[in-house]
Amino acid sequence: MSEIRTLIVDDSSVMRKIIERALRQAGLDPLVVHEAGSGTEGLEVLKAQHVDLILSDINMPLMDGLEFLRQIRTQNLAPGVPVVMITTESSEEHVRQAILAGAQGYIRKPFTSEQVKERVMPLLNAA
Amino acid sequence: MALSLRESAHLVSDPRNLDASVEEVFHLMLGADCRREALPAAIEAETVTAVVGFGGVLSGACVFRTGGSAAMKVATRMTGMEFAEVDDTVEDGIGEICNMLAGAWKGKVPNLAANCGLSVPTVITGRDYRIHVQAPEFQLRHFYRFEDACFEVTIVCDSMQ
Repeated sequence: MSEIRTLIVDDSSVMRKIIERALRQAGLDPLVVHEAGSGTEGLEVLKAQHVDLILSDINMPLMDGLEFLRQIRTQNLAPGVPVVMITTESSEEHVRQAILAGAQGYIRKPFTSEQVKERVMPLLNAA
Repeated sequence: MALSLRESAHLVSDPRNLDASVEEVFHLMLGADCRREALPAAIEAETVTAVVGFGGVLSGACVFRTGGSAAMKVATRMTGMEFAEVDDTVEDGIGEICNMLAGAWKGKVPNLAANCGLSVPTVITGRDYRIHVQAPEFQLRHFYRFEDACFEVTIVCDSMQ
C-alpha cells in the first residue's frame, strides 16, 4: 500500500495519539500523520499539505469540526478527500449535520480500532 | 418536536446509565474493567478533577475526580507513555476521559443525546480544594476502581426542561 497522508484534528493531543494508534492498528501503513489542535489549524495544514484522509473532532475551541468541514468545502481545500468525524456527540441530528456539512463517515468516542477500520478503509478504497 | 426531558427523568437519573458509561469508556479506551465501590477510597492530597458542562435541555456537569497517581495510570493506559508527574498530557487525557463519559452518559437517553450539548473539558489540579455545587436538582456520585486506581464520577443536574 502506498503512503497514506492523514490529517487528525482534535483539541486533545492525547486523543490525536490514540486516533493515530488506531489507524496503525487498523492496518494503515505506511502512515504519515499531520496534526491540528483546532479547525483553524487544520485549514492551515490543508493549505500547505496534500492529504488522503481527514479525521476531525466536532467539539473544539476556536473553530469546531462542523465549521472546519464547511470551510474545507467552501475553500475547496481537499477536493475528493474523505472526511470522518470522530466525536462524543452521537445523536442522529449530529450525524445528519456532519453529513450535510460534507462528512463521509462518523465514529463515536469511545471507539475501537476495529470500528476505525470499518469506517475508514472503504472510504480510502473508494477514493 | 422533542418531548420534555422531564418525561424521561427516570431514565436521566437512572444510576445504571452512569455505570454502563464508565464501563464502556474504560473498557474501550483503556482496556480496563472497572468495579464500582460502595465507598470512596482515601484520596491523595494531589487530585485531578475534570469538568464537562451540559447545556440545553439539561444544565449541569459531569465531574471526574481522581488522585494524581491514578490520573497518571489512566494516562499511561491511554497513551502507552510513562509519567513521573501530572503534566499537560495527563491533564489532557483526564479531560478526554471526562468528555467521553459525559458523551456516553447523555447518549443513553435519546432526548438528551439530541438536545444537550457538551462544553470542552476544564481540568483542575492541586491540593486541598473542594468542589461545591449549589442545590442540584439531582446528583449521581459513584466510586470506581480498576486495579489499584480509584476515581469518582459525579453527574450534577442543575435543571431540566
